[in-house]
Amino acid sequence: MAHINEKAVARIREICASYASENTPLMMILSDIQNEFGYIPLEVQEIVSEEIGVSVADIYGVVTFYSFFSLEPKGKYIIGVCLGTACYVKGAGPVLDKFSEILGIKPGETTADGLFTLDALRCIGACGIAPAVTINGKVYPKVKVSDVPGIIDSYKNA
Amino acid sequence: MALINIKIEGYPYQVEEGLTILEAAKLCGYEIPSLCAYNHGECSKGSCRVCLVEATGARGLVASCVYPVAEGMEITISSPKAVEARRASVELLLSNHSLNCQQCDKNGKCELLHVAKITGARENKYIGSKTPVTVDEISPAIVRDTSKCILCGRCVARCSNAHGLGVLGFENRGFATIVAPAGNRSFATSPCIMCGQCVNVCPTGALMEKSEIAKIDQAKKEGKYIVVQTAPAVRAALGEEFGMKIGTPVTGKMVAALKRLGFNKVYDTNFAADLTIMEEATELLDRIKNGGVLPMITSCSPGWVNYAEFYYGDQLDHLSSCKSPHEMMGAIVKSYFAEKNNLDPKDIFVVSIMPCTAKKGEAVRDQLNTNGNADVDAVLTTRELGDLIKRSGINFCALPDEEFDADLLGDYTGAGVIFGVTGGVMEAALRTAYYVLTGKEHELIKFEQVRGFDGIKEASIEIAGQTINVAVASGMKNAKVLLDEIRAGTSKYTFIEIMGCPGGCVAGGGQPYVKPCFLPNEDPDILDTFKAKRAQALYSEDERQAVRQSHNNVQIQKLYEDYLGAPNSHKAHELLHTTYESKKRFK
Repeated sequence: MAHINEKAVARIREICASYASENTPLMMILSDIQNEFGYIPLEVQEIVSEEIGVSVADIYGVVTFYSFFSLEPKGKYIIGVCLGTACYVKGAGPVLDKFSEILGIKPGETTADGLFTLDALRCIGACGIAPAVTINGKVYPKVKVSDVPGIIDSYKNA
Repeated sequence: MALINIKIEGYPYQVEEGLTILEAAKLCGYEIPSLCAYNHGECSKGSCRVCLVEATGARGLVASCVYPVAEGMEITISSPKAVEARRASVELLLSNHSLNCQQCDKNGKCELLHVAKITGARENKYIGSKTPVTVDEISPAIVRDTSKCILCGRCVARCSNAHGLGVLGFENRGFATIVAPAGNRSFATSPCIMCGQCVNVCPTGALMEKSEIAKIDQAKKEGKYIVVQTAPAVRAALGEEFGMKIGTPVTGKMVAALKRLGFNKVYDTNFAADLTIMEEATELLDRIKNGGVLPMITSCSPGWVNYAEFYYGDQLDHLSSCKSPHEMMGAIVKSYFAEKNNLDPKDIFVVSIMPCTAKKGEAVRDQLNTNGNADVDAVLTTRELGDLIKRSGINFCALPDEEFDADLLGDYTGAGVIFGVTGGVMEAALRTAYYVLTGKEHELIKFEQVRGFDGIKEASIEIAGQTINVAVASGMKNAKVLLDEIRAGTSKYTFIEIMGCPGGCVAGGGQPYVKPCFLPNEDPDILDTFKAKRAQALYSEDERQAVRQSHNNVQIQKLYEDYLGAPNSHKAHELLHTTYESKKRFK
C-alpha cells in the first residue's frame, strides 16, 4: 500500500487542474504523473478519479493497458532490452537473460536497492543497431552478452 | 429520416437510413444470430464478431451490430461463408471459456450457450491456452468467475450507467484482458454497491448472485421455525420464471408456492413497508418541526445506502435512520411475533425473497441485528425463488391463488405495494404525511408527478399551508446530481427518495432476466417497456386494495398499541432504526 504525502496529493491535484480545459485529459494527466513520480498506484488513481470524474476502473484500465505506465515504483535506472523481431534474431534473448542473472530480477521487476528496473520492450524502431538496449533514454547499440557486466557497473559506480 | 432500399436474402425492403444491419434486419423479420440482447448503447463495440453477415460494398464480412445499412446494399445472412464465420466466432469464444455448463447456475439462461446452439458451434474446436482465472466469491451478494467471461463489456457499460462511477472495467491487454474491479479486487474490497445490475446483463455465468438456497435447506434440517417474507416487486416478475408474460401479477400463486415449500409463516414485506412509512413520515415531520437535517433521504434501498457510505460519507445525516422494510419485518418477527407465539428468537429463521442482490449484503450488516440475532437470516432473489420452486416439483402455473398468513403481521395496504417501483416510497410517505399534518386523507391518493421512469422526478405538495418540495431519483448517476446539490448547500428539497437500481425494485438486480432471445412471445421493444409493465402490476394491486394508506393498516395500529407505543418511540428506535458509517472505497 502506497502512502502519499500531502505535498504529493497537492501536486497531483495541480496536474489535474492544469488540464481543466481539455475534454479528455486522462492520458496527459497520467503521463505527467508517471514522469514526475515514476508510478501511478491505486491511491493516486483515486485522487485523479475525484478530480476529473472518471471512474477508478477506467483509469486502472488505461494504466494497465499501456506499458509506459507503471503501478509499482521504478528504479533509478530503467533498463529496456528490445525484444522486437530484429533484436530477437540478433540475440536479444541471451542479453536480457544476462541482465536478469546479474541483477537477480525478472523483467518487469526492480532491484531491492531501487537502482535498476529491467523491462522487456517491444520493437523500439532501432532495428539497424540490433540488439538494442536503452537505459534512461540512452541507447546502447549491438549489445553482446559480454558487454552486459560493464554496462551495469558503469551505472553502479556512477 | 430518409428511407433507403436494401435487399436481405434477395428480398427488397425499405428501411430507415442510419440503422445498423442488425436493427434493420430485425424490423424486416430476420433474427441474425448475435449476442446483442442489449444493443441499447450498452455494447457498441462489435468485438464479439458473432453477428457476421455478407454485405455488398463492404470488404469481407461485417459485424451487423455496428455496420450501418446503405442504399442498394444486399445483405446475405445464410450464405455458407457467413454461417461458417459466425460458427467460428462462437467457437473462438468457447475456446477461452469454462466448459462445465452442467454445473453452471446460468444453465438454461445462458446466451452464449444459446448462440452456440443456433450457430452449430462445437466445444473444443480450438484448443489452446486459457486466460488465468479469478473466482471472486467473497462478496455476500455477487460472484464473479472470469473463466466464463467473454469480455463483451455489457456489465462495464451497465455498471457505469447505474452506478455513475463504474466499479467494473477492462484491465490489462491482449490475452491477459479481464473485466474486474480495479486491480482484479474482490467486489467486497471495492466500492461495489451490490446492486446486481451487472448480473442482469451478463450473457453468461461470469456474474451471478451468490445463492443462499443451501442456507434454507440447512435451517430446515435444524428444525428452525421459518418465517418467509416477500418484497412487493417479486410478485410482479416471478411469473416470468415460469414463462408467463412480463407484467403478470402472481401474488396468489407465489403465496401458494411458499406455503408448499414448508415455511411456517408466509408474510408480505408490505406490512413492514407500512411500518417503515409510519416511522419515516414521523421522522420527516419531526425533522421539519424541530430543525433537523434536511432534506431527509429514504433508506430502503441497500444499494443506495452502500453508495452513500462510499461516496457521501460526509452527508449520512441526511439518510433516514429507518431500517429497510424487510429488516424491520425481521426485527418485529424476532421480538413482537416471537413473544406472542412463545418462540425463542434464536429458533426463528427469517427468509426474505427480494428483487435485489444488495439485500444479501444488507442482511449481514453488523448494524442490523437485535440482541445479537440477525434480523434476517437469508435472502433469496426472485430468480432463486424460481429455482427453489422448480427444484421442489411444484407446477407453479397450476397453483391456486392463496392468501398470505393473516395473523399479527398479515395486513398490508396499497401504499406498501408500490414500494417496488421508483417513486412509490415517496407516494406512500406523502399519503401518510398529509394525514398526520392535516388530520384528513389527501383527496387524490395518487401522486402522478412521482410516477414514471425519468431518472429524476420532482414535485411540490401543499400540505397544511406549507409547500413541501420533493424529489425522486433512481440509479446512482441520477442520485449524484441531487447529492451534489445537498453537499453544495443548494438543495431546495425537503424529502428525497433514492433507489439504487434505475427504475426501482421492479428492475432490481435479483429480478428475472429480460433477454429477448429467450422471450420470443414478448414485444420487440420489451427492453424498453418491461419496467413499466412490472410497475403496472404493482399499481393495479394498489388500486385493488381497500386500504391504501399505511396509517390505516389495522395490525400496524395494534402493533403500536400493544408493543411499540408510538412511531419513533424508544422501543421503535431500538428495533426499527439503524446507523450508517462512511466506508473506504478500496481496501
